[in-house]
Amino acid sequence: MIKFLLNQKMCQVSDLSPNTTVLNFLRQQEAKKGTKEGCASGDCGACTVVLGDVVDGRIRYTSVNACITFISALHGKQLITVEDLKSKDGTLHQVQQALVDYNGTQCGYCTPGFVMSMFALSKNTPSADKQAIFEALAGNLCRCTGYRSIIDSAMALVEQDHIVDAFERLETETVAKLNTIERSGTQILSGNGQTAYSPDNVADLAALLVKHPDARIVAGGTDLALEVTQFHRPINTLIAVGNVAEMKNITVTDRHIEIGAATSLTDSYSTLAQYFPDFGELLHRFASLQVRNQGTIGGNIGNASPIGDTPPALMALNAQVELRCGDAVRVMDLDDYFVGYKVTAQQAAEFITKIIIPLPTAEQIFRTYKLSKRLDDDISAVLGAFNITLKDNVVTDIRIAFGGMSATPMRAQHAEKILLGATWEYHNVAAAMQALAKDFSPLSDFRASKEYRSLTAKNLLKKFYLELQNTTIETRVTSYV
Amino acid sequence: MSNHNKVQLSQQQLLAQANGSIKTGVGKNVKHDSAGIQVTGEAVYVDDRLEYPNQLHVYVRMSDVAHANIIKIDLTPCYEFDGVELAIQAKDVPGELDIGAILPGDPLLADGKVEYLGQAVIAVAASSMEIARQAAQAAIIEYEELPAILCVEEALAKKSFVTESHQQKRGNSAAALSAAKHILEGSIHIGGQEHFYLETQAASVMPTEDGGMIVYASTQNPTEVQKLVAEVIGVPMHKVVIDMRRMGGGFGGKETQAAGPACLCAVFAKLTGRPTKIRLPRVEDMMMTGKRHPFFNQYKVGFNDDGQINGIDIIVASNCGYSPDLSSSITDRAMFHSDNAYYLGDATITGHRCKTNTASNTAFRGFGGPQGMMTIEHIMDEIAGKLGKDPLDVRKVNFYGIEDRNVTHYYQKVEDNFIHDLVADLEVSSEYAQRRKSIDEYNKTSPILKKGISLTPVKFGISFTATFLNQAGALLHVYTDGSMQLSHGGTEMGQGLNTKVAQIVAQEFQVDIENIQITSANTGKVPNTSPTAASSGTDLNGKAAQNAARTIKQRLIDFCVAHFSVTDEEVTFSNNTVTIREQIMTFSDLIQLAYFNQISLSSTGFYKTPKIYYDHATAKGRPFYYFAYGASCSEVLIDTLTGEYKTLRVDILHDVGASLNPDIDIGQIEGGFIQGMGWLTTEELVWNDKGKLATNGPMGYKIPAIADTPIDFRTHLVENRSNPEQTVYNSKAVGEPPFMLSMSVWSALRDAAASVADHQYMPHLDTPATPERVLWAVQDAEDYLYAHNQADKVKDALVSESKVTTVTA
Repeated sequence: MIKFLLNQKMCQVSDLSPNTTVLNFLRQQEAKKGTKEGCASGDCGACTVVLGDVVDGRIRYTSVNACITFISALHGKQLITVEDLKSKDGTLHQVQQALVDYNGTQCGYCTPGFVMSMFALSKNTPSADKQAIFEALAGNLCRCTGYRSIIDSAMALVEQDHIVDAFERLETETVAKLNTIERSGTQILSGNGQTAYSPDNVADLAALLVKHPDARIVAGGTDLALEVTQFHRPINTLIAVGNVAEMKNITVTDRHIEIGAATSLTDSYSTLAQYFPDFGELLHRFASLQVRNQGTIGGNIGNASPIGDTPPALMALNAQVELRCGDAVRVMDLDDYFVGYKVTAQQAAEFITKIIIPLPTAEQIFRTYKLSKRLDDDISAVLGAFNITLKDNVVTDIRIAFGGMSATPMRAQHAEKILLGATWEYHNVAAAMQALAKDFSPLSDFRASKEYRSLTAKNLLKKFYLELQNTTIETRVTSYV
Repeated sequence: MSNHNKVQLSQQQLLAQANGSIKTGVGKNVKHDSAGIQVTGEAVYVDDRLEYPNQLHVYVRMSDVAHANIIKIDLTPCYEFDGVELAIQAKDVPGELDIGAILPGDPLLADGKVEYLGQAVIAVAASSMEIARQAAQAAIIEYEELPAILCVEEALAKKSFVTESHQQKRGNSAAALSAAKHILEGSIHIGGQEHFYLETQAASVMPTEDGGMIVYASTQNPTEVQKLVAEVIGVPMHKVVIDMRRMGGGFGGKETQAAGPACLCAVFAKLTGRPTKIRLPRVEDMMMTGKRHPFFNQYKVGFNDDGQINGIDIIVASNCGYSPDLSSSITDRAMFHSDNAYYLGDATITGHRCKTNTASNTAFRGFGGPQGMMTIEHIMDEIAGKLGKDPLDVRKVNFYGIEDRNVTHYYQKVEDNFIHDLVADLEVSSEYAQRRKSIDEYNKTSPILKKGISLTPVKFGISFTATFLNQAGALLHVYTDGSMQLSHGGTEMGQGLNTKVAQIVAQEFQVDIENIQITSANTGKVPNTSPTAASSGTDLNGKAAQNAARTIKQRLIDFCVAHFSVTDEEVTFSNNTVTIREQIMTFSDLIQLAYFNQISLSSTGFYKTPKIYYDHATAKGRPFYYFAYGASCSEVLIDTLTGEYKTLRVDILHDVGASLNPDIDIGQIEGGFIQGMGWLTTEELVWNDKGKLATNGPMGYKIPAIADTPIDFRTHLVENRSNPEQTVYNSKAVGEPPFMLSMSVWSALRDAAASVADHQYMPHLDTPATPERVLWAVQDAEDYLYAHNQADKVKDALVSESKVTTVTA
């Protein structure tokens, strides 16, 4: 049974297929038609809703795409939709009023999604700057306005004094209501012959997987849900990891950063950005905020896509994954984890519990570059990650990994071999650039041609070299906001 | 019939009111009429309508091959699913099967053969969309594949055309070319564009007791949907009512191609007697419906040392997809706009409409105009590259003249041409010259990132080139309390048409807009409407509504003259009041009085555009009532290692005549510009070698997102310049022209790439200019440098000069 607040109304759902998305629940079960379907793939943001979650006694608001969020993710949360913002007396919420005042609507179909993304922004980052506004709204597509009026609406909103609204006035009450929802134990939602289990600890998770080795693990579901919404393949058994607190921790030891596999990309951001600024920049461009709020690093690794954004960066950082099957735990280098296109070294009933990243050394330099057609919310054509240690201008350690260049995220072994032990000079770098041709034979697809991938892989290594040589020249268009 | 509880104002109070003015008339920044309910989610789109309890959901199964004979269709497996009511194929359509807009060629369901991958072959109606989908996929369909033509060059070479080619000719271009000092020849590929309206195609149909249909459809063209629904179910048009409150975006994609889904729903409603609904999932919408036409355009141009064109041959070849749809008019508009704002000298413009086995390409904001204009803008840059001139100088020397050089290649005189002044103003306000200089400086010291700048003009012809479409109707009811209900033939898709038309009526009566309720576009209220397209929505429907208002207003004046024994001139309307000589009354009091005196308070209005004609046989005429002008200056930054880019600053100066609503006009300009920028940059349609659209969702097809908006985005309307033609309040159309302002972004990207070769060479840049194409343009420029042995690569030179230093993290 799944229990959640539909705004202020306690809802209990049982006997509903766990393949039901929040969007279809809203539109079909609840006849709430304000939330729109634009793509059913999490790429347009028209269906954005906000989830409220109790964190340290306060409500934390996050925007998510309702179209790729399974209903089971709502357990213990408050679901807020566009219908909930207007006051009972008809007064528009400040977010809504700002969009009206600055002409931020034309056809209006994307508008509910923008309203909800801006609502979450106003709650989380009341004095957001332009960059934070872009980040909050990069996952919401508008085809009419050209965005300037929406940007102005958001700017006017964040310039307002502290916004007091019904959600703030009711916060204590909402927290109390949410706290009445039972979270311990394994929640089960069954319907239409499909079942989702949501355990609250890792041992139970492991046991469930042993019992249901064909079950699909769902964390954020931002990729898995597409199997239902786009490929129409029902998933009969789902095991959700969202309530496994042990898998949502971030720990920094004296040697490692350890990130629980169910930690969202949003929650992983500050730690990763602190130790590896370029990783932070990468996460800014990883899908959209709605997806990062749901999606996890564990999921990004576990789905083993050759074009996932974090795996090449993590490989370059010499990361490992901790795997668990029943009671057995093992640690594996990420290098060894990907064995083929969408195939991993993971055994049946095995799952990732955490990701272990060595802390950077003082001499270590890490850079990563993502290439895509559109700067925001786009899947990489090529992603290069470089991790070098220089002593007296000699390369004492080098790890180069690419995404989009082969069937899996992969190290550039030939290029690394040329550079390891060599002086950090252009002729050596140029030789390593040539060696990339031995490392990779990329394919052409709609994102890029193989020629573009081959050339830019080389050029990214060159860029890495240039950035280290000369810190005064500009090398990134993304630094302009 | 009286307004019981109304407070009676004294004459003094009424005088004070009459001396004020309404706040919501023309020229005012009235908010979009739906804004308040769009932000709350209360605005209703077709898919949001209350569902009928016995409603069926329709799902269409598409062809999965590009060209084939259908050798078997077996629908029996569809019925194995609980909830399936009916599965149909072409032969089950009760009336006319073909729903081609102007020419036949678009079967509602494939009839014996399929001509593109994505074509509708069968359809199923069931209790839910999911069941209908599963059932449709279970049907057995067998094909015998035939060779497919998938690209425009192949179609051109094989003379595979959907309709006859057309040619416009002035003077003797061959002679002019042979006499020209300089000659350039070349070609450019111009990509298509998916509309990506956020609301996909949708319709909901209710059968009526008399064998007709009430159809709620997301369409720009209610009358055509009415006609086609009537035809496919085999009833006269009077049995069918189309109702269209709002679309979640149209952009041309719902001009002809909204008809298919609506007609399918109607067929199921006819066959089952049950209400039906369809909403295309995004992927199906993108694969099934047509897009902006890709073009392959070739040219030969002759020019003098100043870059002024003496003669030109241009061949435009549009990829129409498998059927005619609107492709002839679209290709014609590309030809009409092959000049953009330039006098072409002796010119021969030829347009081929190429048939390929892809979805039938259709109207999209600009309607072929952008593809025609891109060719001449490409040529301007080419000439500048050849002569080593600033491209803006070449553009200016080619502008249409005021006194001479002012007749187009289709023999329309370019009247009221102020492109010179407009561009001069923008050149100053955008600081083009200084920025050109500082960009050159930046590029000298920045080895990886390069900046580029370009200023391009727009001249866009306003009117449907199918002259008969330039007509519109309106219906205005004034009720006894003075409130009004206004209907017109236009459709609201976000552009603010309803707001503007209401402002016009408000202005006529001098009442505020709260008194005016605009209804959905409904074929039962206003018949025989033209599509809301060609930027004409306000020009046509605004005038029709104005005429309806004037009819009623004249009746009121005539009534006052008779009733109060005054003259016409003694009756004045102002700020929700009417002054009759000395006496002032509220507008609503006058209406009530008129009602009691049996004055008709309802009227239609009609309008047709004057002056225009075009003779296809001679390729001469005045197809456009007037031209809209504009210009934009864009500055971009590119990464020469990856081709990535960012638009740094855009300055726009655009002509809307006397603006009816500056906020709404600016919204159209900015939105059009960004949509155009998407077309020319990141929006790439890619088909695989089987003809399947690979970029069939927003995951792969990238329309601009929020951070693609120029960092510094300045949009201004040309001030104090009314349309000299008698358009509604001397305004100008604004829907399409700003789309083409985006050409300066593409040209600036090219300029940035050209900086790699120090502007001695103009690298080629087809569109869309994805990062990949920009990188190839950079390579093109670098190759030129190598080939000319002028220098080592600038970047490598810099790298080798850099002293190696140890860098700490």
